[in-house]
Amino acid sequence: MRIPILKLHEYLLISVQVDLDDQTAMQFQEDLLSKIHESGATGVVLDLTSVDIIDSFIAKVLGDVVSMADLMGAKVVFTGIQPAVSMTLIDIGIHLQDVPTALDLEQGLIKLRRELEEK
Amino acid sequence: MKGTLSNVPIAKELDIVGARQTGRNIANDLGFSSVDQARIATAISELARNIYLYAKKGEITFQQVEGVAPVGLKIIAKDNGPGIKDISKSMIDGYSTSGGLGAGLPGVKRLMDDFDIMSSDEGTTIHVIKWLR
Ligand SMILES: Nc1ncnc2c1ncn2[C@@H]1O[C@H](COP(=O)(O)OP(=O)(O)OP(=O)(O)O)[C@@H](O)[C@H]1O
Ligand SMILES: [Mg+2]
Repeated sequence: MRIPILKLHEYLLISVQVDLDDQTAMQFQEDLLSKIHESGATGVVLDLTSVDIIDSFIAKVLGDVVSMADLMGAKVVFTGIQPAVSMTLIDIGIHLQDVPTALDLEQGLIKLRRELEEK
Repeated sequence: MKGTLSNVPIAKELDIVGARQTGRNIANDLGFSSVDQARIATAISELARNIYLYAKKGEITFQQVEGVAPVGLKIIAKDNGPGIKDISKSMIDGYSTSGGLGAGLPGVKRLMDDFDIMSSDEGTTIHVIKWLR
């Protein structure tokens, strides 16, 4: 299974619509990094509205995506994290403080633009 | 309705997803809130992944139990793998022998209400319960 990555101007948009198994998560990490490389995208919006569970493994993959994208010059924003998911993340001791988050895709794009202008 | 509700073997990576979906459905049927369903599903994911990673195979059993509340969901993760070398260390946030976040076991303990762990060189059995409030 592969998660589609869309390009919009200098941004990449991803909406995760599946229950992420490990293989799909790793494949996504690889696909996204090569897409950033190919396209020279400066920002990524990762929409997690349909994700109803993030365990420690998926949290690690997502965290790694953010730091690798950062090394490649692309800023990542997470959007649509469900309240139940943010609560379980706190229970398992994972804090996404360093990752900008926004309510939905639209807000995510606005946030990205603002973050990138500040640089 | 009491006793064993379901039994999910863990032998391949996709079984982790299967186990947490089964657990979420059971939690939903028992009347747990959506936040507790997410907590239960996350705990199962951690336990099932540990089985897959460290013991290769094992099983997750779901039971309906009665105790401090009339309804509880008990989850038993059992394997015959190598066991946990140092149980007290494995319960510390950040301790991992596999380069993981080391958030799994301490996380499961916080996600659930009751937590019990037994491990020897003949395998590991973890019992957890979430009470319906
Ligand atoms: N079923 C098991 N059999 C043998 N060893 C285990 C088992 N479960 C956990 N362990 C040991 O306990 C350690 C801590 O487990 P825990 O799930 O907390 O962290 P992790 O799996 O290393 O990382 P994470 O779960 O955050 O991805 C593991 O690194 C492993 O050494
Ligand atoms: Mg683990």
